Amino acid sequence: MNLIDAKFASLKREGRSALMPFITVGDPDLDTTLELIKEMERSGADMIELGVPYSDPLADGPVIQRASERALKGTVTLADCIGIAERAREAGVQIPLILFTYFNPVLQYGLDAFFELVVAKGISGLIIPDLPIEEDQEVRELAEGANIHLIPLVAPTSQDRVKRIASKARGFVYCVSSLGVTGVRADFHSGIEQFLATVREATDQPICIGFGISNREQVARFERICDGVVVGSAIVRQIEEQLPLLQNSDTREQGLRLVGQFVASLKG
Amino acid sequence: MTQIPDASGRFGKFGGRYVPETLMNALLELEEAYTHYSKDPEFQREVRELLHRYSGRPTSLYYAKRLTELLGGAKVYLKREDLNHTGAHKINNTIGQGVLAKRMGKTKIIAETGAGQHGVASATIAALLGLECKVFMGEEDMKRQQLNVFRMNLLGSEVVPVTSGTKTLKDACNETLRYWVSHVDDTYYILGSATGPHPYPMMVRDFQRIIGDESREQILGLEGRLPDYVVAAVGGGSNAMGIFYPFVNDDGVRLLGVEAAGRGVDTDEHAATMTKGRHGVFQGSLSYVLQDDHGQVLPAHSISAGLDYPGIGPEHAYLKDSGRAEYVPITDAEALDALQLLSRTEGIIPALESAHAIAQTLKLAPTLDKDKVIVVCLSGRGDKDVEAIMGYLGGNDDESH
Repeated sequence: MNLIDAKFASLKREGRSALMPFITVGDPDLDTTLELIKEMERSGADMIELGVPYSDPLADGPVIQRASERALKGTVTLADCIGIAERAREAGVQIPLILFTYFNPVLQYGLDAFFELVVAKGISGLIIPDLPIEEDQEVRELAEGANIHLIPLVAPTSQDRVKRIASKARGFVYCVSSLGVTGVRADFHSGIEQFLATVREATDQPICIGFGISNREQVARFERICDGVVVGSAIVRQIEEQLPLLQNSDTREQGLRLVGQFVASLKG
Repeated sequence: MTQIPDASGRFGKFGGRYVPETLMNALLELEEAYTHYSKDPEFQREVRELLHRYSGRPTSLYYAKRLTELLGGAKVYLKREDLNHTGAHKINNTIGQGVLAKRMGKTKIIAETGAGQHGVASATIAALLGLECKVFMGEEDMKRQQLNVFRMNLLGSEVVPVTSGTKTLKDACNETLRYWVSHVDDTYYILGSATGPHPYPMMVRDFQRIIGDESREQILGLEGRLPDYVVAAVGGGSNAMGIFYPFVNDDGVRLLGVEAAGRGVDTDEHAATMTKGRHGVFQGSLSYVLQDDHGQVLPAHSISAGLDYPGIGPEHAYLKDSGRAEYVPITDAEALDALQLLSRTEGIIPALESAHAIAQTLKLAPTLDKDKVIVVCLSGRGDKDVEAIMGYLGGNDDESH
């Protein structure tokens, strides 16, 4: 059984929804990423999205763009990002790990080799924000063969596409909270409840929401109606603010603890 | 050749729609509107009228006699896109897309720009049609092209500085797409090249094919036959696609795309996407891309801000891999030399972009017999570049007087 399915099944028994932090792998370096994964699991993260840094992150706002730039200065590769999952497992991390990557690095790695590596290193799910259903057939077939969940995004603008997308979803359906790129925001799409209800009706998979969710209040609003909530830019910004602490071996523990406290605060 | 792209926007394996889901319905809506209006005689008439009365088309196909004599080989004809209103071929596309935006009921348009030519053409059409316009431009390019920034402001458009990534055309495109994702409800994106997700490469080609349609008819009138070569500069590739397309089924006509080799294809500073790039997905479509071993897109370099781009339109990738068109690199230095030579022999100062096509012609024409014919797309005039050229040539105030 895929770890993501097992996790949602156990959360359902407990009557809880999932908290899913997103971090950019290699920001500021791979060793710190490993420590952050461990810290976030301790602080209550139910799954973690591992963002692969990319030169042209079309779906991302300035916070994650900057994280990507920092990681790429350290020449972090797709294989490094997948490899961090194995190191996390060796360090005792139990929760499902989901890879968030733009398509070109995957294409250049080679689809077959990519899925072999993903399986070998213990990644459970895959989000490719620039691969809409029109373009995902080959990837979807390989993912299904490898028991890796290809998690689709649906947006408030998807309208009659919701059904088609949701019917093919594995793992969960990732609902985009509002128009626009990733990043902290005060307002969500005006018809957000109706949108979520439409997605709920179209699938028997869990539904999660992300893009712009940044504090306990917002998490609380959505965990009532979704099976999971993704918090990305707000955590990446915390990491950015703690960089001076995280990049100094004497103060790293303190920096990690501060990020952990932020994650814990989202859980309420 | 069969009609391309297919229904999913593919030119062979190239093209497609690699964009965030948020944009998919907007692209489908655009495709539907374009398919509808491109068959609407009223729409066609309005676009044709504007091209004729407003931009001054048809542009002339000019026999460059002195240049031909100097080179001592094939006859060189210049397709004078520089004579368009706003000084380049870009307006062919912005007229088409501007009228389309209006028909679709959009009141706001956005555009990306590198050198500023597409930005100026978009700002112009926005003013003409009464649309609100924002142009995204890299901070670096804004410094290099201050006059064009001012020009866009004069035309009533807002120029939004792009500070992310390389701060040039590539990131201006990213930022325009990001803005579009946030404002897709009421905003129309006028993409300026034959790049991006379907239907843009097809649509931009269709609006630019007037260059090739006119050239074909004009050369038949002047020479009584088709040319042996059609030569055009390629960045994203809209002027080249426009002039190539009507000749694609004419087997005897060789199509030659000229890309920017910057300081040389063996250096790290070039924009030679076809010569040095590999297949990859970039800004919405599968094509050739300048990238590292891990699929990270590399910054491009060219003396010409319009060619300074690490991607190229998917139909060009298709023409290259099918062997129908060839693509060759020209360095900054070769382009500068060609610019000066054309200025002195014909009294035409070409844009730095177009100077790349001229530079290739300087190499090609002398190798061909005098009965051969070359048609070169002179995609824009050099006025916008004069200040930059003065800098490159080490000119001073005295020389500029």
